[in-house]
Order: sequence, then structure tokens, then C-alpha cells
Amino acid sequence: MDRVGEGRGLSVCLAVPGRVLDVADEAGIRTARVDFGGVRKRICLETLPDARPGDYVLVHAGFALQVLDQAAAEETLRLAAEARVAR
Amino acid sequence: MRFVDEYREPGAVLRAVDALKRASTRRWRIMEVCGGQTHAILAHGLDALLADAVELLHGPGCPVCVTPLETLDRALALAERPDVTLASFGDMLRVPGSRGDLFGARARGGDVRVVYSPLDAVALAERLPGRRVVFLAVGFETTVPAVAGALRVARARGLANFAVLAAHVRVPPALEAIREAPESRVEAFLAAGHVCTVMGTAEYEPIARRLRVPIVATGFEPLDVVQGAALAVEQLERGEARVEIQYRRAVRPEGNPVARALAFEVFEVVDRPWRGIGVVPAGGLALREAWAAFDAERLFPELAGEAPPEPAECRAGDVLRGVLRPPACPAFGTRCTPESPLGAPMVSAEGVCAAYFRYRVADPGGREAGVA
Repeated sequence: MDRVGEGRGLSVCLAVPGRVLDVADEAGIRTARVDFGGVRKRICLETLPDARPGDYVLVHAGFALQVLDQAAAEETLRLAAEARVAR
Repeated sequence: MRFVDEYREPGAVLRAVDALKRASTRRWRIMEVCGGQTHAILAHGLDALLADAVELLHGPGCPVCVTPLETLDRALALAERPDVTLASFGDMLRVPGSRGDLFGARARGGDVRVVYSPLDAVALAERLPGRRVVFLAVGFETTVPAVAGALRVARARGLANFAVLAAHVRVPPALEAIREAPESRVEAFLAAGHVCTVMGTAEYEPIARRLRVPIVATGFEPLDVVQGAALAVEQLERGEARVEIQYRRAVRPEGNPVARALAFEVFEVVDRPWRGIGVVPAGGLALREAWAAFDAERLFPELAGEAPPEPAECRAGDVLRGVLRPPACPAFGTRCTPESPLGAPMVSAEGVCAAYFRYRVADPGGREAGVA
């Protein structure tokens, strides 16, 4: 994760996958505690009304932008394992 | 880390490279749009691995790099005001304006803060009711929902001392400008995956059709970049020009409609100058009239100035359009280094000059992996 940003301060476009631990309402904002490989941070979940604990979300600048699609993630790896370009 | 490490596994990357090479009958010129992809390419030597089949051209996808000088100068002037606390992402602090950078303003006593999220800047405004907190908002469409969300929170909490100096930019008009430029060498684009996570892919469809260019929404890990390039090569070999999604774990064709609605509740499309490139029609996003009370451009009109001239020696414009490779710039690595940059691409974590310097000059192993 630190490849793009390491030693250079925060990088503008970096988005990082993390696992939702729990969801809460904080002063009217939908937030979640998200685990990034051991580092935990509170993240805004306003744009992902359907995200729930256990989901992996893509987080950018304190906001979760998408729930990662596990089936699609595995297919990308399978294509590589089979040395194929496309489905 | 899950969803990261497995896409860096060398065996998988090399098999994907083989698949690409089998699909290719000539050397195609493909531009990766995003600076994050550029760094992955140089850090992992993907340009060298693919060199027989693909020439990778590096695109303008570094929002820090394309933020206009006049915006930086305005941020500097704000940081020098005794009543203002200026907050931004860490990358912005070392980018040279026409009279120094934000670190310099901080050294001279300005209150300049690095934040991780625009929400952190809103929290600053809450903690510092006697100060005016201005967030310098840069970034492509990826970042806009976060800034819009922060503004919605600031308004809900009645924070009259929070404002945003917005320099947001949009990718699709830049792709059109690059492809249509007379000197353009680009045959296919790898679109920036995280921009498409928010925006989806619909707005790229007319560009692919009209300009006859394959556009593949691509991720940021080595396996993603190689697979994205392979999908582009397959299209080029067949004479196709379609929009495809490589980064399917994070990009749906419709994007994230909730995030997009939030972004456009607060922002609207405007023409915007890109540093090094010039005015890009519809190339930026600015706060809507309804959000004028939070718009630093409107709140501090006295700071608007003429666009200052760029340092003559910096050829960032050619670099950002994929026309000049950084090592071919006469100033590269001599009069322009990350310690003493002439232009933004040598500063930013996503800047292409910084990537070449870091992986091909500062790192001898990187140099061996080699620039073709």
C-alpha cells in the first residue's frame, strides 16, 4: 500500500482496500471502523448505503467509494493463472 | 494485504505478460492515464517487461501536477494571512508556485496543515472557531465525493469558518485533448481505475467511438496494469475501439451513483486551465452558486491574479501529454530533482518525473531494469 506514497507524504489518488468491522451513526454521518491489514481507522460510509460488516471496501481520503466484488477479484487472478487475456 | 498482495505475485504477472505478448503482432503505443499506474509501471519494471509488445506512454493523471500556478499562488497568499489556517493533502505542500511552496509559507509562520481527509479539515474548523480554515481541494473525480461530503457536513454543522479552494479536474476531456492533439502518438488508453469507481464508464463510450480509441478502465497493481494493456492490445489487433473494464473488482459500469450524486450536488463542470497543458474545456469542477458561502474563490476575490509565467526550463507540459519522456528533458536529474524541483511532476508522489528519478536514477537496480 505504501508503494505509491511511501516516504512522500499523502498521495492524492491512492485508494486502499480495507475490511468493514462495524457500522455506526456518528453525529448524523454513516461511518464504519475499517481494518487495513491491522491498522484501524474510522471511515465515512455515506456513499455506500448497502455496505456491511465483513465487506471489503475501497477507501480514498477518508471515504469508502465502493464495495469490492470478490467474484470479480478472483476472476482477475484466474485469468492470470491461465495466462489468458480475457474471459 | 488482501486485494493487494495477490496482484503483485510475480508468477501471475509474468503469465499475464506472456498472454499479452502472444496477442500482439506489433509494438502498440498505450497511455496509462493515472500517476499511480505510472509509479506501478516504473517501480515493478513493467515497461521493460512489455517493451517488445507495448510502448507505455505516461499520461497527465497527477492532479497535483496539473493544478495551475495561479491556484498555488492563491493558496500561498491565503496561507500567509494571519487569520487563515490552510489545509491540504501532503503532496501539495512542496509543489512550487511562482514564489515558493506551502512549506515555505509555513516556515515563515503561516498555519499550514496536512490532512488525510477533507473531513479532517472540517474538524479543524470546528476546533478553531476563531480561524478561517481553507481546504485546498485537488484531485480527479475520485476525490470530489469526499470534498462534497465534507462540505455537506460543514453546512449541516453551521461552520461559517470553513471554505474550499477547489482545483478539481476531470479525466475524459483530457483524454480527448491528448488524442486529438496533432503530435499525439496514443493508440489506446488505460483509464484511471479509481476515477471510474466513482464515475463509471458511460462518459468514455462516445470518446472511444468518436476518436476510434480503445479505453480500458484499469487498476493499479502490476497484474492490473499488464491485464489492462493486454485487453487494449487485443482490441487494437482486431481493429476495435471499445470501452472495457479490467479493474472489475472495483469498477462497475454505472460507477457509484450515490457518490456521483453527492459530487454533483456541490460541484458543476467548468472549463479549467491545467498546468502545462492549458485550458481544457469542461476539464474541471467548481463549487455551485448554492455553495458560494464555502467557496474560497468567491470569499477571497482579492487574491485572484494574472496567470504567472511557468519556469521556462520546465517542460512539464510535454511530459504530461506523453510527448517527452522525463529522462530526455535537459534539466532532468541535474537542475531539476525531487529536492529542488523546477516543476510539479518532479514533486508529487504521482508525478512522472519523480517516478523516473526514484526508480531509474536514485535506485541503481531500477536503472538496470532499464529505460529502453
